[in-house]
Amino acid sequence: MEILATIWFVLIVVLWIGYMFLDGFDLGVGMMMPFLSRSERGRRVLLNSIGPVWDGNEVWLITAAGAMFAAFPHWYASLFSALYIPLTLCLLGLIFRAVSIEYRGKGHTQAWKSFWTWAMAVGSAVTAFCIGAMLAMTTTGLPLNGHGDIVGGPFAWVSWPALLGGLGGIGFTLVHGLVFLGLKTQGEIRARAQRWAARAMLPAAIPFVIWFALSVTHRTWLIVPVLIGLITLITAFFAVRAGAEKRAFVLHGIYLLTGLGSVFAGAYPNVLPSTLDAANSLTVATASSSDYTLTVMLIVTVVILPVIIGYQIFSYRMFLGRIAETHIPEAHKVPVAIRS
Amino acid sequence: MELDPVLIGRWQFGITTVYHFWMVPLTLGLGMLVAILQTIYHRTGNEVYLRSTKFFGKLFLINFIMGVATGLVQEFQFGMAWSEYSRFVGDVFGAPLALEALLAFFLESTFIGLWVFGWGRLHRAVHLGALWCAVIGSWISAYFIIVANSWMQHPVGVELVDGRPVMTDVWAVLGNNTAIAAYTHTLFGALAVGGSFLLGISWYHLYHRRKDGIDTVGADGKVIVGSTPELPGRDATDHTVWIKSLRIGAIVGIIAFAGVSITGDVQAKLMFEQQPMKMASAEAACHDGTEFSVLTIADPASNDCDGVQNIFEIPGLLSFLANGDFDTPVHGVTTLLPEYQEHYGTHIPDDPRYGEHAGEPIDYQPIMIVTYWGFRMMIGFGALAAGVCAIGLWLSRKGTVPQSKWLSRGFVLAITAPFIANSAGWIFTEMGRQPFVVAPNPAQLDGVFMYTQAALSPEVTPAMLLFSLISLTLVYGVLMVVELRLLTTYVKGGVASAMPDLAAPKSKPTITDDGDDVLSFAY
Repeated sequence: MEILATIWFVLIVVLWIGYMFLDGFDLGVGMMMPFLSRSERGRRVLLNSIGPVWDGNEVWLITAAGAMFAAFPHWYASLFSALYIPLTLCLLGLIFRAVSIEYRGKGHTQAWKSFWTWAMAVGSAVTAFCIGAMLAMTTTGLPLNGHGDIVGGPFAWVSWPALLGGLGGIGFTLVHGLVFLGLKTQGEIRARAQRWAARAMLPAAIPFVIWFALSVTHRTWLIVPVLIGLITLITAFFAVRAGAEKRAFVLHGIYLLTGLGSVFAGAYPNVLPSTLDAANSLTVATASSSDYTLTVMLIVTVVILPVIIGYQIFSYRMFLGRIAETHIPEAHKVPVAIRS
Repeated sequence: MELDPVLIGRWQFGITTVYHFWMVPLTLGLGMLVAILQTIYHRTGNEVYLRSTKFFGKLFLINFIMGVATGLVQEFQFGMAWSEYSRFVGDVFGAPLALEALLAFFLESTFIGLWVFGWGRLHRAVHLGALWCAVIGSWISAYFIIVANSWMQHPVGVELVDGRPVMTDVWAVLGNNTAIAAYTHTLFGALAVGGSFLLGISWYHLYHRRKDGIDTVGADGKVIVGSTPELPGRDATDHTVWIKSLRIGAIVGIIAFAGVSITGDVQAKLMFEQQPMKMASAEAACHDGTEFSVLTIADPASNDCDGVQNIFEIPGLLSFLANGDFDTPVHGVTTLLPEYQEHYGTHIPDDPRYGEHAGEPIDYQPIMIVTYWGFRMMIGFGALAAGVCAIGLWLSRKGTVPQSKWLSRGFVLAITAPFIANSAGWIFTEMGRQPFVVAPNPAQLDGVFMYTQAALSPEVTPAMLLFSLISLTLVYGVLMVVELRLLTTYVKGGVASAMPDLAAPKSKPTITDDGDDVLSFAY
């Protein structure tokens, strides 16, 4: 029982890391929409750098939530109901982010464009904050009673770890988006993204690094992956400065992997600790589904996940080239085909 | 004022879900039709179908994104607002949701991106395949979510362990006869939406081509197709696009209605067996009988059987719907109530998890006015949509539509009919399941059922639910206006709104120094 549940715990952590790595840069690009370029064409470069892939990336979030529901219903129920307010905000952020990508180019007034530009930026930032805060709190804990419900009202989750995770979420995705833009665009936007990434990378990582380092208090040996993560981050910083964009992007991902990996390894076997009483904490054993359900889901996942990764790679390879302002076609104004 | 959190929670879930299911049937139905249109283009090379693919594909995408955005809410809100429900059913209910994400959403979302940006970039066959993958993904997702919903209507494949249902047979859950019937019913319902959409919009364009003097009719009533170069895209091919789309839409609408009728009949027969109270309530059948009510009135304020008056009934029809014969009486509410009370108790258990509702008497009867009229609106608007399709097919037989403003408005308005039918059907089946969130399976009295009153998150307050209810309803309302305005703008632009070349012919793409082409599509 413990083994199956532990495998599922690892898989769910992988799904969350996958989400942060993939949709992370979409959120970062979204946040940069109003700032990195002031020209309409430049903004469309940003939008189209993630245009074909963001939707597939977002599914990692849906899958992580769905897998939590299937494999750890108590974890899903306790965490999501405890974070009712921030998750409502997160959903609003995700709604505005998604709709702005599709609708921004479909109107032609200045007001329309700037509304959706800001909707995308704010929606992305709110999403990054809430997801970061949620991941921090599921490892540092919430004031849960014996039934697994939060006590202390709608804002009982407000805490230092929440702030750390939230700001860290914004910081990570912002830099990740800039590094991605360095990799994916051409010309002035590429140069600026690189400059900004180099400037922001280390300060933006401070909240996450503190949170990652806290895992050492649970298991001393985690100092090893945490230090590896830190070294990777610094190497990524030098790679950005040297203009080695691909290396920087991969290293920034490894930093995330080691960091989040350490945090969840530190929390294990807790999936959601209670800050009131350790006896109330949800663990892989107490929160999980039956062996039968876990087995069925594991078989499906083991078969299908490589296929998914395969066609997502195919999709990325199709849109491998860099995008420059000169690649963006003239905006198409919808004509009127009727006289009256 | 004392607010009942369960009631607010139900309104919150109801509003967000019904709204989501305005986008979904259009995604399912129109997606399939666009994929078929592109397949015809692929096989024939006929430009008519390229144009219809591009035009309806554009409208499809404007709607698709709203389905994606509002669908996220669904995945989260079970845990957020209904944590007790999630804990109770998680072992069996979470699996189809996770399978939906793994097997459907990844496919759908990844390939829709490839399709949108892949025009002229992917090999033609691969590009067509991408659309089919996305559409099949959306159809698979419908299957899994209906498996989940059907388990709430008719739990199978579980046994009760420590008071919670635990999955013992995943094939029973996936092959639930309730799910198969509901799935096929939903898909035909979605095709009806897609069909009416094609019909209404094509009608609108054919009417405007006549009104603008482009197409005329000869002495025999047959169309004489014209061309007006100063209006973007208004050439002779444009006429063919609309008349073909109109006919495809109308025929699909009629076939879909046949499909919903057959699958609906199967579903109703299952429901008489599995949720007899829901069906009795749908028929306002208070007492055992064979008569189908065509019109029944009652005092809307009371929900009891005393005030019900049957105005007009067809003898035997109800028995036919339920059992396939004309004389086996169908049990009415007054017969069923004691059976329910005997099997499931008369009062909500005196358990703290029921909060203020602990110890309350249970009302097993759904709100009759909702089930009765929900059922009839579903059938009525479904039939109306099919009737409009048949009339449209007949009136357009000579190659165009009559030059009538009101007829054109009527056909555009008729697009809403299958949407109303879809919503009414879901509201009926979900409200009809009350007071249960997981309805008991009468074939196995194993204790697997749950009252809606017990499903809410214990620590979530009415104010929090109201915050979510109000903020999401406001945002959804605004986005609805935005979506409808965008759809209207793109419809008015005709095919040229999806094909820039038609609006400004021969606009050469600029080639950059490094030889890269301009993207064929960009946001």
